Formats: sequence, C-alpha cells, structure tokens
Amino acid sequence: MKEFTFKTGGVHPEENKMTKDSPFVPLTPPAVAVIPLSQHIGAPNTPIIKVGDHVKIGQVIGSVNAFVSAPVHATISGEVVAIELRPFPLGTKVPSVIIKNDFKEEWVSDLKSIESLESSSKEDLIKNIRDKGIVGMGGATFPTAVKLSPPKDKVIDVIIANGAECEPYLTTDYRVMMEYPEKIINGLLVEMKITEAKHGIVAIETNKKDAAVLLEENVKKRGLDNIEVVLVKTKYPQGGEKQLIKAVLRKEVPAEKLPLEVGAIVQNVGTLKAISEAVFEGKPLIERGVTISGSAIKKPGNYTIRIGTTVTDIIQQTGGLTKKLRKLIFGGPMMGIAQSTIEVSVTKGTSGILFFGEEVLEMTPQDEMSCIRCSRCVDWCPIGLMPLLIDHAWRRDDIKLTETLNATDCIECGVCSYVCPSKRHLTENVRNAKQKILKQRKIEIAKQAAFEKIKAFKEKKAQEAKEKLDEGEKVNG
Amino acid sequence: MDENLVDLVVTSSPHIRDKAKVPLIMRGVLIALMPATIAGLYFFGVGHTLGVIIVSILSAVVAEYLSCLIFRTKATVYDLSAAVTGLLLALTLPPSSPYWMVAVGAFVAIILGKWIFGGIGSNPFNPALVGRAFLMISWPTYMTIWVKPFTQSVFPPTNAITTATPLSIIKLRGFSELLAMFDGSRLIMYKSLFIGNVAGSIGETSVLLLLISGIALIAKKIIDWRIPAGFIGTVFVLSAVFNRDPIFSILSGGLFLGAFFMATDYSSSPIIVKGRLWYGISLGVLTVIFRQFGASPEGVMFSILIMNCFVPFFDKMLPRVYGYLAPKRRTNI
Repeated sequence: MKEFTFKTGGVHPEENKMTKDSPFVPLTPPAVAVIPLSQHIGAPNTPIIKVGDHVKIGQVIGSVNAFVSAPVHATISGEVVAIELRPFPLGTKVPSVIIKNDFKEEWVSDLKSIESLESSSKEDLIKNIRDKGIVGMGGATFPTAVKLSPPKDKVIDVIIANGAECEPYLTTDYRVMMEYPEKIINGLLVEMKITEAKHGIVAIETNKKDAAVLLEENVKKRGLDNIEVVLVKTKYPQGGEKQLIKAVLRKEVPAEKLPLEVGAIVQNVGTLKAISEAVFEGKPLIERGVTISGSAIKKPGNYTIRIGTTVTDIIQQTGGLTKKLRKLIFGGPMMGIAQSTIEVSVTKGTSGILFFGEEVLEMTPQDEMSCIRCSRCVDWCPIGLMPLLIDHAWRRDDIKLTETLNATDCIECGVCSYVCPSKRHLTENVRNAKQKILKQRKIEIAKQAAFEKIKAFKEKKAQEAKEKLDEGEKVNG
Repeated sequence: MDENLVDLVVTSSPHIRDKAKVPLIMRGVLIALMPATIAGLYFFGVGHTLGVIIVSILSAVVAEYLSCLIFRTKATVYDLSAAVTGLLLALTLPPSSPYWMVAVGAFVAIILGKWIFGGIGSNPFNPALVGRAFLMISWPTYMTIWVKPFTQSVFPPTNAITTATPLSIIKLRGFSELLAMFDGSRLIMYKSLFIGNVAGSIGETSVLLLLISGIALIAKKIIDWRIPAGFIGTVFVLSAVFNRDPIFSILSGGLFLGAFFMATDYSSSPIIVKGRLWYGISLGVLTVIFRQFGASPEGVMFSILIMNCFVPFFDKMLPRVYGYLAPKRRTNI
C-alpha cells in the first residue's frame, strides 16, 4: 500500500484511542427521545407531525422543500408528547420532537430500497439518499444528496473515502471499517455511480493499518480495480478535507472553493456505510456509531445509539461516571464542542462524546501568558497562516488586517492553540475574526443590493418625472 | 443521577494542549547551556568565573522582579527567561570581569533590553547582547582583558596571565603569528579552538560542547536549524572569499554561542521559516564584514544587534497559504 501525507504543518497529539478494540454495542432505545428537527447545514425543517400523533421508526417527522436540506426520521416508535426548544450540540436551542417510547419497535412499511446498482438510475439513487436523511457523519452534517449533485459543468474524477480519523480518542470510523468493510465499499460504489467518478480511494491513517488491510482484501475479493486503498501518515489534521486531498491527490483546493473544483469529493466512511444501508436496505439514518470515551465515564466503548438519545440516558446505560464531570465534549478533543448541559442529545453528526474531569480544565487555563514569538503556531499551521499575527490584529480590533492575513482560510483545526507554549487562545480568536469577516461580507453584499435597488428606484422616478414634464410641455406647447 | 457529579465548563476548542510551556522551553535552554558553562568553569577556574555567572543570573532575576513591580504586571520571574538572559550575558563576558560591572550589565539587559519594550516577547533586540554592548562601550578596558586558560585558578584572581583572543591576534599581528603560537600546525590550532582551550569569553570557547547543545535544541524543536546553519555556513564561505582561513573563522570568536543561542532568541528573530534562513545568511555576511574591515576583531554581537532591527523585514517573506498559487503581496503588516 502506498503511503501519503500533507507537508505543511500538522501535529501528533497523544492518540488515546483506548476504545479501539471494543466493537459496537447497541444501546437500548431510550424511553424518551429528543430528536432535533434540523440536524444538517442548510434550510431548517418544519415538523410534519402533531403532538399526540403516534409515530413508527423511520417515519419522517421533519422536512422542508428546499435543495440544501435533509429530512429527519423518528428513531423510536411511540407517541409525540411535545415539540419544543431543546439544547442542541452546537450550543443553541432548536425545535425538537419529543417522542415517548412504546417499546414496540414498529417500523414504517414503505421504506424503498433498490434491487441492484446496475438497474437503477442516478436520480433514483440521489432521491433515495435524500429521502433517508443522509448527511455527512464526520461532523459537518452537510446533506449528502446535495454534495453528490455538483453543478453540470463540474466533472468529478475521484471519490475519497475518509477513514483517517485523526482526532484523538475517537474510534467510530475505525470500528465501522473493521466491522462493515463491505458496506463502505458498497457506499463508495453508489457514489461513484452517481457522480460518474472513475476512481475511488480509501484513505486510512497508518495507525489503523489492520482496517486498511481488511478493506483492501474486500476490494480485491470483489475484483474492483478502480478502487484503491492507501495509507496516510498518522498526523493531525490528516482527516481534514483539504489536507486529505493534498496528501492523496497532490492537489490543492483553491481558496474559498469546494473540493469539486479539483474533481474530488471526500466522504466519511461512516456516511458511506449509511448510504449503503439506505440504498440497499432502505434504512433511514436513525442510529449511528458513537465513541463514548474520556476519563470520567465508567465504561468507555463504541456504541450504536439511536439519534435523539440524551447524554443523561447514555451515562445511565453505560454504568455512570467515575468522577465529577467537568467537561462534556461532542466530537473530538481538538475540534469538538464543549456542552453546557447533559440534556443534549445525539444527532446525526455526533461521532463521539467525551467525558472529562478536572484534569482537562487544567490543560486549558483561561489566563494567557504573553506571546513570546516562538512561531510554533506558524510552523505547525497546516494552512500556512500566521495565527499569532491574526490574534494580535483581532485583539486591537483590526479586522481589515485579519482579512489580509487570510483569517478566512482557517480550517479551525486547533493546532495553533494546541502547540502554543503561552496557552494563548489563538484558534478562538482566529475563528472570531473569520466569523466577523464573513458577517461583514454578507452585510456588504446586502448593502450593495439595497443601493442597487434605491438607484433603480430613483432612476425610475426621474424617468417618470421627465415624462410628466414632457407631457406638460406638449400640452402647454 | 447525582446532580453533584455534573458541573460543566464550556470553553472553545481545542480542549487538549501540548505539554510545551514557556518555563519548560526556558529550562531546556538553561540545560543546553550547562555544558558550555561547565567548560568555562573548567578552563577559566571555578573561583572568580563562577562568581561572574552567579552575579549575572541573580542580578537579572532581581532586575526582572523589580521590573514587574515597577511596570505593575504579573510576576514573570518563574518563566525563567530572566535566568536565561543572565546566564547568556555571563557566558559572553571575559572571565575576569569585575562583579559590579556584571551586575550593571544584567540590569541593563533586563531593563533597557527587555522591559522598556514591554517584557518577554516584546523586545526587538536580544537582551543579553544589549547588556554586553552597553558594557563594551562603557568599560572597554575590562571587556578586552582575556585570561589564558588554566591560569585563573585561585580566588581572588591575582595570578591570572592575560593574553589576546585568537581573533585579536590576527587583527593586530597577522595569521602567521597566531599559527606560531600553536607550533605552526593548523591541526593543533583547530583542535584547541574546537575543544575551547583558548582565551575568550566564559562560554564561547568550547565549540564542541556548544555544537552538541545546539543540535540537542534543534532536535527538541526549541530552535530552528535555519538560523545557525545559515549563519555559520555563510561565515565559512565568505571567509574563504576574503582569503581568511574558513575553518579558523567558524571556530573562533563567539560565532557558535551567537548562532545557536543569541540569534535564535524568539522575540528578536523572524517568525517566518524562509525569513529565518535569510536572517542567518545576513548575519553571516555582516559578521565577516565586521571581522575583515571593522576596528574590533569580533563581529558577532553587533551583527546580531543590527540584524535584529531588520527582523520585521524578514517577517514579510510570507509563506504560501493553502489554496493560493503564489504568496499574497502585502504592504501593511
């Protein structure tokens, strides 16, 4: 197997993948599921059930008629007891459907699947993926059906299955690869059929070589010579879309553009497995593999969890906590989001839930020391930015300078904060700057549009006045 | 579930951090300076030389502490940067320096070299070299008394035999005179210079130990190899151009101490990788020019202080950002 990597920057934090060897264990469906109505990037869904309705597993409970969207399905059977605002992993409160479980595990009957890949059309496949609510399961939650429908003028050459899983602690993708290699290749074939891509590449970090061997065996067994399994160096953020494309294809995605500019689509292996299940088995995205790990949880491991299961349920079902829970992280420790409550529930994008005690707080002290210009953040930035200068500019509110320093190209991987010996909040400030710039740009566009409108209106008025005057002159003359 | 078991704190990602901390980096530098310090004590006698080192470090730490009080900031003594400055200053001083002068130098280094610019990370010049330059200009006599190795054995040093450094012998009397002191053999001369058995500042003579420490610091990723490599490499090549013995040129004077420990000072060196290489090369060019044409035999200190002024220029050699074909041109940084 060939081995690749990206060159600029990157770090190798302690892996801590202690749940590596524990296979997926299904968690008992919760007594009450709290299912957020919108779990994707794009237009928010509206509820299509009412309080008091009885729902079955796989029934659509939220959808919207928009291109960039993905429906949400009921993940347990039972009665809808409320539709109200509940905490969401992104830190906000979103409308959620609360379903009381009747423990009958009834499924809806009209789930569509396809007979074979050869006999189905591209449109059928995309519709199937869209109807099953598939989104990117690596954490970005971009609707997969949208990702697979690029503009007509773009040619997709290669689909990269992302099995890098460079975040410490997380082992979800690894377990998916070890337990469902067949389904990953199936999913890859579906995507290749839809996009007419000629090649498929499965990229896996060198610390998961056994998974790579397993997948390669599967590819060889089925005689698929257009799919290649490659190794990438164990280095964070190897699993970042931009880094993976650079490593495997030796191409760079142009700034502020999507990977399809270089003819590539990167898809998480968990998503590929979900696509395979949706297309061939008709199963909507109602559950997912989640790594439960960290120092404060009694039984770390990989669990198959219904979407809508709250963290409270998970703690109870996995045997409780070992010590005082001080930090709850959805996602990995480098890019994950710290939660303010344990009432938050598992969504389509939850790849891992990490439970930590006091020791992690000591790692991220709130008081910063002075920057000593050691330039570690510059040396290790995988994009080639200068986080310390962006940070300085942000602190003196010089947004224009942060823009010249390419703050908008930041991928928010967290490497700069990670390596900083003064423990400065570099990632946070670069992210702040980036968001402010993007917001300003939006305002600028809206302003331009408004000016255009006013200009057009004024011109129209002037025209009318002139016409009136002409008419008047005619009458007078 | 027990409610007392949950008390969540929300912070921005990343939630884990590397072990590297400022005090740990400074401790690494202090450890790396130990071999050269011990060599200095070995060659120039433990008595007075040890006193110079202790006075320098203590004065620097006291100056740092006072500065924190005067400037009303959080105490930064524990980050060990003042201790590093103090030790570096001591290593650049003649072994026979009077204690009062060392103390003045350390205070100037910390206060004029560092704190008037805002403390750690804000100083445009290397603080230790600011202190040394101050002493060099104020008390040139004391700063040019050089002790012959192994003669300053008792305390106070009354029996020390003074001599000239190899570089000043060349400057004043020519290369053949110097060679004559080593029985006319270049090999013996190189060996003495490499081991450090020659007159010079406390910590600059033993090239061998400085090289080992420097490589250790590079391996630990505390300093970048580009500055010392560019610096020493340029001195080697350019000395040959000026018809000076290249091997002698890199082994003599404070070149290794300066290249590995002074020019690589974080706050007074470029943050850009490409800039660091050119910074090292410029230092080499300037050093050879000073040695060849200057009035003083040594050129490392003033080269570094002068090039420190040009660091913002080197910081404009921007790295290429992912997704752009060429580095963006910028004017207003």
